[in-house]
Amino acid sequence: MKRNVKLYFLYISAILRGMMQYKLSLVLMMIGRFVVAFNGFLGIYFLFSGFTQIKGYSYAEVLLCFSIMQMSFSIAECIGAGFNVFSGMVKRGEFDRILLRPCSPILQILGTRFEIGKLGPMVTALIMLGIGIKNSSISWNAANILTLIFMIAGGVILFLGLFLLGATVCFFSIEDTTLIHILTYGAKDHGKYPLDIYGKGIMRFCTFVIPYTLIQYYPLQFLLGRTDAWWFAVCPVGTLVFAGVSYAVWRIGMRRYVGCGG
Amino acid sequence: MKKYFSFFKMHFVCGLQYRMASLSALTTQFFWGLMECLAYRALLESSPAGLPMDYQALVSYIWLKEAFLVLFNTWAADKEFFSVIVDGGIAYEMCRPVSIYDMWFARNIGGRMATAVLKCIPLLLVAFLVPKPFRMSAPVSFGAFLLFVVTMLLGAGVTAAFCMVVYMLSFFTISPQGWRMLLTGAVDFLSGNVIPLPFIPQPYRTVMELLPFGSMQNVPFRIYSGDLAGSEIPAAIGLQLFWLCVLILCGKMICQRAQRRVVVQGG
Repeated sequence: MKRNVKLYFLYISAILRGMMQYKLSLVLMMIGRFVVAFNGFLGIYFLFSGFTQIKGYSYAEVLLCFSIMQMSFSIAECIGAGFNVFSGMVKRGEFDRILLRPCSPILQILGTRFEIGKLGPMVTALIMLGIGIKNSSISWNAANILTLIFMIAGGVILFLGLFLLGATVCFFSIEDTTLIHILTYGAKDHGKYPLDIYGKGIMRFCTFVIPYTLIQYYPLQFLLGRTDAWWFAVCPVGTLVFAGVSYAVWRIGMRRYVGCGG
Repeated sequence: MKKYFSFFKMHFVCGLQYRMASLSALTTQFFWGLMECLAYRALLESSPAGLPMDYQALVSYIWLKEAFLVLFNTWAADKEFFSVIVDGGIAYEMCRPVSIYDMWFARNIGGRMATAVLKCIPLLLVAFLVPKPFRMSAPVSFGAFLLFVVTMLLGAGVTAAFCMVVYMLSFFTISPQGWRMLLTGAVDFLSGNVIPLPFIPQPYRTVMELLPFGSMQNVPFRIYSGDLAGSEIPAAIGLQLFWLCVLILCGKMICQRAQRRVVVQGG
């Protein structure tokens, strides 16, 4: 374990040193991503200039929710970028090489990419968090701050689990592997509103199929002071189970992997 | 003129051959449209004053936006063009007895229309079949439908002409990725792709409608559902024509300046 952690940091530091050779392109990429993410904020800002609430959620509350989703997604995308280019690795036969090395494949896949540029939307998220905190009436006691951290961390775990599932698809089909984007980018884009506004069907899907509600709806109810039940706040822990399931599926997929040239 | 039409046809046919609309891309877009319809319904239900657009018109706007995404997007710019600039292939392009600008414009439009034709049919079919509040409605009148087609072509022209300006500017820098992203990000919002322009409060709305980006998807999609009607239509079409001419002129001017000082660095 200790060796793995050390190895991971060696990978990351190598990638970062490489990136620093192209500082300007890195900065421009980050600014570009920031602008794209900022559109989402502008959309909500202008929508709420005509409306005061959406299904009982105020402007500040929606911003908080959006900010938390955006943050966890950007962090997960930065760390898990390797999973997102996995289909290319399989096609080029790089994965065969990875399997030969006496080291965890997941660690090596994560170690191939670390995209700082994907953190551009974090700036938007922090702006939204600031406005959300300023305009909401949440008292920032220890319990609420912990809930916020839980939500972000749980979100990172959930999205990493989804990216891993997306990579697993490559074991079964190397043709069309983008369907998983509905679950990842879709959640990032449409998770800006608390999920219950979309109605019962979507709520059920987001609880029983992919447990988005664990990182968004339930802890949010506690954060916004709509419930006193403490177990709403610890819901994000449940994403560990989801990540475990993703890992199990990954193991099954890896067992039937036969390589595809390269 | 004939040779540019052949370029258009070539890319159109090419697009039909190789860019079979993938099922997963269609599913993704369908899902995006549905989620947007649901979000606006929630907004409608929680506001007593109502939306600035009729809900049915809004639903049509959303489905049209998804169906004709490729016709109006600026972010999936022609990769071929950038690679030609970066790898020096531009030298061959310049040897041909055609204008670079006209050739690329024809190719751009051709590629866009081919993909749009492929994608819009299955998406619109589903949009006309989904249950009631989210079902796309027919155009308000036959006249509106004709105007919709005309303004959609003009809007696609404005979009392509804008992209051409961006392409031509990339003659002046070797790595155009970053600021291209910045520019296209801004267009995404200003053209009404994030939220329809009627939702923008005044005075911003008027400004955004007058900008070239307001002459892209905003006009045809709103004519289709009758949100834009009467005396507003001729003004909108006039503005589209104006921006189309201005952007093409700008693009051609930059192209001429660029061609004079192009330095091929290998290839």
